[in-house]
Amino acid sequence: MSTVTREGIREGTVRGRLGDSPPRPDGIAKVQGSFAFSGDLSSEGVLWGATLRSPHPYARIVRIDVTPAWKIDGVAAIVTASDVPGKSTYGLISSDQPVFASDVVRYVGEPIAAVAADHPETCRRALAAIVVEYEVLPALTDPERAIDGSHPPIHPDGNIIRRQRIVTGDQSLVGEVVVEGTYEVGMQDQAFLGLEAALALPDPGGAGVELFIATQWLHEDRAQIAACLGLAPDKVRLTLGGVGGAFGAREDISLQVHTCLLALRTGRAVRMAYSREESFVGHVHRHPAKIWMRHHATAQGRLQRVEARVVLDGGAYASTSSAVLINAVTHTQGPYKCVNATVDGYAVRSNNLPCGAMRGFGVVQACFAHEGQMDKLAAACGLDPVEIRLLNAMETGDSLITGQVIENVAPVAECIRVTSELPLPDTPVGGLDGDPMHLPGGAGLTADASHIRRGIGWGVSIKNLMYSEGFDDYSTARCRLVDGVASLKFATSEVGQGFVVLAQQIARTVLGVDDVVLEPIDTTIGSAGSTSASRQTWMSGGAVDGACRLVRERLFEHVGARYGVEPVRLAIDDRDVVDTLGSLRVSVAEAGAGTVFEETFEHHHRPTEELDENGHGNCHTAFAFVAHRAVVDVDPDLGLVKVVQIATAQDVGVALNPMSVTGQIEGGIAQGLGLALMEEIVLTDGHVRNASFTDYLLPTMLDMPPVVAAMVEHPDPMAPLGAKGVGEPPCISSTPAIVAAIRDAIGKDLHRVPVRPADICL
Amino acid sequence: MSVLNPTRLAEALEALAAQPTALVLAGGTDAMVEINMGHRRPSAVVSVSRIPELRTWSYDASPDGTSPAQLRIGAGVTYAEIETEPLCTWVPALGQAARTVGSPQIRHAATLGGNVATCSPAGDGLPVLAALDADVHLVSASGSRKLPFAQFMTGPKRNALLPGELIEAVSLPAFQQWQGYSKVGVRNAMVISNAGACLAVDDGGGVRIALGSVGPTILRCPDAEAFAAGVVDIDSRSVAEADVVEFGRLAAEAARPIDDHRSTAAYRRHAVAVLAQRLLRRAFPNG
Amino acid sequence: MADTARQMGVDPLPDNQYYVLHVNGAPHEVGDAWIGESLLYVLRERLGLTGSKGACEQGECGSCSVMVDGELVCSCLVLAASAIGQEIVTVEGIASPGRPSDVQQAFVDCGAVQCGFCTPGLIMAAHALLDRNPQPTDTEIREELSGNICRCTGYGRIIEAVQQVAVARSQR
Repeated sequence: MSTVTREGIREGTVRGRLGDSPPRPDGIAKVQGSFAFSGDLSSEGVLWGATLRSPHPYARIVRIDVTPAWKIDGVAAIVTASDVPGKSTYGLISSDQPVFASDVVRYVGEPIAAVAADHPETCRRALAAIVVEYEVLPALTDPERAIDGSHPPIHPDGNIIRRQRIVTGDQSLVGEVVVEGTYEVGMQDQAFLGLEAALALPDPGGAGVELFIATQWLHEDRAQIAACLGLAPDKVRLTLGGVGGAFGAREDISLQVHTCLLALRTGRAVRMAYSREESFVGHVHRHPAKIWMRHHATAQGRLQRVEARVVLDGGAYASTSSAVLINAVTHTQGPYKCVNATVDGYAVRSNNLPCGAMRGFGVVQACFAHEGQMDKLAAACGLDPVEIRLLNAMETGDSLITGQVIENVAPVAECIRVTSELPLPDTPVGGLDGDPMHLPGGAGLTADASHIRRGIGWGVSIKNLMYSEGFDDYSTARCRLVDGVASLKFATSEVGQGFVVLAQQIARTVLGVDDVVLEPIDTTIGSAGSTSASRQTWMSGGAVDGACRLVRERLFEHVGARYGVEPVRLAIDDRDVVDTLGSLRVSVAEAGAGTVFEETFEHHHRPTEELDENGHGNCHTAFAFVAHRAVVDVDPDLGLVKVVQIATAQDVGVALNPMSVTGQIEGGIAQGLGLALMEEIVLTDGHVRNASFTDYLLPTMLDMPPVVAAMVEHPDPMAPLGAKGVGEPPCISSTPAIVAAIRDAIGKDLHRVPVRPADICL
Repeated sequence: MSVLNPTRLAEALEALAAQPTALVLAGGTDAMVEINMGHRRPSAVVSVSRIPELRTWSYDASPDGTSPAQLRIGAGVTYAEIETEPLCTWVPALGQAARTVGSPQIRHAATLGGNVATCSPAGDGLPVLAALDADVHLVSASGSRKLPFAQFMTGPKRNALLPGELIEAVSLPAFQQWQGYSKVGVRNAMVISNAGACLAVDDGGGVRIALGSVGPTILRCPDAEAFAAGVVDIDSRSVAEADVVEFGRLAAEAARPIDDHRSTAAYRRHAVAVLAQRLLRRAFPNG
Repeated sequence: MADTARQMGVDPLPDNQYYVLHVNGAPHEVGDAWIGESLLYVLRERLGLTGSKGACEQGECGSCSVMVDGELVCSCLVLAASAIGQEIVTVEGIASPGRPSDVQQAFVDCGAVQCGFCTPGLIMAAHALLDRNPQPTDTEIREELSGNICRCTGYGRIIEAVQQVAVARSQR
């Protein structure tokens, strides 16, 4: 177990190998402002593109008349559904989403047309000139009406995207202690800062197109784009433009097909960029959820059976709702031993905004519910929140309610214990200096310290890593070694998480080099899979590691032949190739001089299964665990909250780059805090009420507390580098920990996030 | 659209006389949001941020020897300036309100005049102006006039400016007694007020309270103020706990809040009661 | 483009087809522009200074922060044509050409950069803070930088970077 310390991070930055925290290769460009995000890219004679969107949540399109827009000087192209040359729909799991709506619009913001013009202002005027006549239809906005069938289908695929039950063990067991609750999670937005933007360059004659795009999975984008453009995939070339955060919002395509279509139509370069208001409707969101749970336990607090009904509102199109649902239902037991379960889960369609991937992917919702339940169990059994969790903590060899055995290291109890040993804040309510900024309300001067109550709360989580249900989400990487300089090629989307620095660390460690060049991230190499599901360290790290090892093998063969040494005796020591049984020592650069070594490797994880109708099957790849403890100060009369500290111990396997891991922990906790206290897209009858940063509130530096983080390191033998993914766990159990702390402070039940002031004080 | 950057007030007034519908642009923290989002396309812009007369302030210890000290703040004075010395000492409640405006970036640009001209019921400085009975000084090419703030703000984002007029300054008494400001928002920085209040004790011993974000205009609470006058003791700075509660109740009764996407009427009314109680208790900490 | 501007019902700056902005110590001509463009738009699209970023067009995120006459402001809220004659400094001009400032280097060293989109605005805000308050407390750092939203880092490493610079400067 290691605790993050400033000293620990500072050491080892010079060598930059695994375990160190070297500076990221794009860091200087980013601090100087010269790093090119996709929205910074332009081209000679470029046109601007913009999208016309539906103002109605559900309506029939009676007619579209674009002729008034053509009269505006500077307009170069206008496209609608009839201009889509290939497949008219797309989607990550089922292709149910139109490139442009043609007969019906199913959510506020659905694209209907796009224009290309010489200036964003011309685009704005052209969009305003397009006439669309609608027949407004009664919108389906209550998920229960999708389930009970009382609303007619709003899509040919029906109103239920997926249903999955889990039926395991004793279905009639009633515990000595029974607690239940209904938990709600509001619609959170990923709110990455780098707004959607793309640059498309058409090939002469329109035979193909090059797209610079900020996305999470180049190859999946390419497949969908090519299908819609009616082009072979190799005619659609994608290069990763700098990505300003993703968090799941870039898994679905948004402006990709539109931008390419306009470029092919005009024969000119086209740029498209979303405004913040547009971005709120331009990508998917976290599924709002309503989860009923009933937990059965012995009088001593041992969990025996979990019942749950999970309803996720998937919005107008399917996106990844099916997979999000599976995550949610299979994680209802939490990181706790449990052998009996009755779970019923629905992902439904509605005329609300489409929902899909967001960091945590269904487990955020399940965790908020199961952690609320564990606290209720604790109270009913006379145990404290730590005791009930330690009593039931999962271990390696335990099963999920799906029957899958957890084979990974599973240090749940250790995460809880380590967290509990992290020091509590030593300052009282209001701080030592009486600065009002320490109090809830801050500069608003709403309270004195005497008005405030402090509370402590807990959350613990399990999270699957990589993709599930039989999906082979492999990753590819190529390594090249020339004269002591390694270069790496991969299509792994760098969205800020730091894969680019990890890749260099891997190459330095395996090959003993210092200089590692990163080639452009594009589709000229095989797929790396999505930057999501906490998978890239494991999968793309594994691919880079595999490619480097193959290169090292070739190097050792070469050295062996040159110096008459069995390759199996050779090893890398510092920057040299050495004979472990002899005296040969030659620098890597000299050893390979004049020869180019190049190898490509695909890393696959072991296969997984689909769930059967009873929810049984080894559907997940691997698991990670985390514990959070929150300390909050609450103003019970105004309902304002200030989080004072978050402590956490996370099961990371191995901290390959402690500074990057810290970044993921702190950043994920901020998003968990946002969901707990302030982040929600407010919809009324399908209309967004708060599509701006004025009213969709993200945590600021004054909302985010210090984080005390410990990394629990037990190398996972199933992971190629021993390291587990770390991106998602921080945002999962931090939310329920904060809510539990508020409950502790005010002695009142709360069952919805984000918690609003009125929930606390009225 | 044309843009004029005058460096003298007379120049600006001439331009406004010629184009009375021109947008008067100071810090841009309201107007540029509307322009950026395509909601506003003024045909002419007169930028006033370079006019020195609008960026000054003056403190008159006692204009006639008996009335309270008067502070005159130019319309172009920014909230960053109001947050610091000497303005934050002369009008502490306005300094407190200034600290809650937007962010440091916003405060460096946002002006008192702009906040007054916008007349948003959630305008952070406005409850202070209402509580202190500030005057708004208006000027045009044809002359000048002043209006009490309560007459200047006529509704949500509506004011009594006539075509060709701009706000020159705001004047208000610099009372020597206690004053304070509170604002409720969901997060701890950069947040629109869900309920705000300024309580000020004037030099005559009267208690004034003005509410923001809970009505179409900034609301004074005559019943609460009359009640307070009868129950507080200025010399001992005391008030009974039961009277504090009643004061809060009366203030909440004066509120006319609505439900919107930010909050509910019920919460806002409740918050007003709490803020009023806590402000009164701060002004009169004893008893 | 000027014809387009007139046709759209908006006029170029009267009597001039261009105006001049002083950015990073040098005059820059802005020509043939729609007069309603924000300073952020002009910096990025007309002067090729894409370091300042737009993430909200409302002054609610700080990604577009620049210095105008020594004050930290949101360039998305500045009408470019009203910034004539003012000294504008962007992230491209906050340090000597080619050499990162101590603040910039500290951000890299401390892991305060992930996706990097908020970074230029934070660099500007951190410089402004430390110039005004060389020894800020933790609370002062948080309040002065509260106008800069970061979605990736959770702020911990950013605060550490600012503290590291403050310490280093005090030892010089």
